[in-house]
Amino acid sequence: MSKIYQLARNKFPQLLEALKSAGYRCIGPQVRDGAILFDDLESIDQLPAGRQDLQAPGEYRMQEIHSPRYFAWANGPQALKPYLFTPHEVLWKASRDNNVGIKFNEVEPDLQLLALIGVRACDLAALQLQDAHFQECDQPDPYYTKRREQLFLIAVNCTHPADTCFCVSTGDGPRVTTNYDLVLSELDESFLIAAGSERGAAILATLSTTDATPDAIETADTETDLAARRQTRSLPSRNLRDQLFANLHHPHWNDVAERCLSCGNCTSVCPTCFCYSENEQPAMDGNESRHVREWDSCFTHGHSYIHGFVVRPDTASRYRQWLIHKLGSWHDQYGRSGCVGCGRCISWCPTGIDITEEATAVCTVKDND
Amino acid sequence: MTNPHLPWEAEVVDKVDELPSVFTISLRISDQKIRDSYRFTPGQFNMIYLFGVGEVAISIVSDPGEGELLSHTIRAVGRVTNGLAKLQPGDRVGLRGPYGRGWPLAQAEGNDVLAITGGLGCAPSVSVINYIMKRRDDFGHLTIMQGVKHYHDLLWKDRYAQWAQHPDTRVLLAADVGGPLWPWHVGPVTVLFDEAHINPQSTVVIMCGPEGMMRAAVQNLLERGVEEYSIWLSMERNMQCAIKQCGHCQYGAKFVCSDGPVFSYPEVKQLFSIKCF
Repeated sequence: MSKIYQLARNKFPQLLEALKSAGYRCIGPQVRDGAILFDDLESIDQLPAGRQDLQAPGEYRMQEIHSPRYFAWANGPQALKPYLFTPHEVLWKASRDNNVGIKFNEVEPDLQLLALIGVRACDLAALQLQDAHFQECDQPDPYYTKRREQLFLIAVNCTHPADTCFCVSTGDGPRVTTNYDLVLSELDESFLIAAGSERGAAILATLSTTDATPDAIETADTETDLAARRQTRSLPSRNLRDQLFANLHHPHWNDVAERCLSCGNCTSVCPTCFCYSENEQPAMDGNESRHVREWDSCFTHGHSYIHGFVVRPDTASRYRQWLIHKLGSWHDQYGRSGCVGCGRCISWCPTGIDITEEATAVCTVKDND
Repeated sequence: MTNPHLPWEAEVVDKVDELPSVFTISLRISDQKIRDSYRFTPGQFNMIYLFGVGEVAISIVSDPGEGELLSHTIRAVGRVTNGLAKLQPGDRVGLRGPYGRGWPLAQAEGNDVLAITGGLGCAPSVSVINYIMKRRDDFGHLTIMQGVKHYHDLLWKDRYAQWAQHPDTRVLLAADVGGPLWPWHVGPVTVLFDEAHINPQSTVVIMCGPEGMMRAAVQNLLERGVEEYSIWLSMERNMQCAIKQCGHCQYGAKFVCSDGPVFSYPEVKQLFSIKCF
């Protein structure tokens, strides 16, 4: 592990200035519409100091706490996903050529160096899974790949897990271990900071840091350990593949379908869900058409449509598809579960369906019991 | 980096109306370099784009040795295919491909081939039947079993009659609903098995059509001693990207667009009996 430095709280704005000077557009967490959202960060004052999220199944609220800390919260509805695999992207444009031919033109995405501040361990684990899907494959997605190259990640070790968090159970948090440029641990009076890449080290070198004191390191470690111990939810195992596939006819799929609205909120907030639809947006004059991709969800009617027939016509088959893919088939496709334990699907489900409870119910009761 | 999403322009060279709602369009890729380097095997598919409307996955029915024309038999059923039905020679479309894994022609060489199709989903297997007909000496006995819902639905009636004239070739047809001029069987395609005289040791089965039909056919074949690994099926799922990204065609851990659409039965067996998967 690279050397840990300490940055006084009143010197923290230097980090933002250093990133800006290096040409990065800075994105950081802010309170918007009653939740923590990532948005352009002009000043450190925009960070959610003294704010905390209260999460429960089907519930997300902000509350004020007596603390100077900027990162005393777990997560908001977004992860890194919207910044790489964007909710809406023009893949190409087709234009009429002399009314007969068609020309196909690539669309260059609006690229800029992007620094994301406040990334969690679960988000980084999800990023690795999205990398595996979109760029470590036979035909890498050029849009994702180009954005990924521009990304600078400033991670923060988690000290305030939400009631919905279960990253310990998936093995993805709360401590940041890999895949970052800089990692922070927030203490009341200072930050611990370490580099995970050369460009991270270059930024770090410009800050007025001191060597981290053993006391500060111990306090930070204790806080993260405590955050791990405070998590109460868990999945029954890290590899549920065989158990899920052995229970394809389990009566519990119908039980969860009674509560599931098939709305797709879970797939939107999930940092690893990758499905997208391709749609056409023709111009009014009929001479040009944009071919766009937009996030899709396996909970929609159209997701499994084939020539006049829907393969998964009901909620039970759609929920089964989602859960068995996420916790089962993902192991075959990408070598691990598709769940990173962020708990977003639990909080943002309008009916409070809890993936850990549903997976446990399907895996622990015998088929047709 | 090449952009895998981008189609090429192709020209509609020929269009044949097969049935009131089924037509075949033959396309030629406009760019000569791309056209010359394009190779496919029967069972693979292209993404065909209709300007301003969208893309659709269509299997290739022409012969890989036929030169520069790529033929696609399409049933007008959705937004894109109804639009494609209005194309005329000279019109342009977008095309990218070929995608997926085709039929196991190397494994089938020297063996008997049993082609089972049902409904209107016969285009993928017609490509392989045509392929065998052109290279008749490379294969053993050929049996073509085709089931349709209604006797009106049989595509290529003349072609079946021609195929039946070939030596060592047998054509067995069945319609769920027969009619006055229907000389073949009435009932599901599976009623034909007793007549097929299948030699389980030397037969490679290729199959496409509705999954219910394929499930019944697989069961029947296994009871007759055909080995699981000799049974191949072409699967259908929603496909939008064709490059293993959009997620729609996932079947368990498989992406039908790239790992298939042709699968050996052991590859899909675990899920094949599961409805709505």
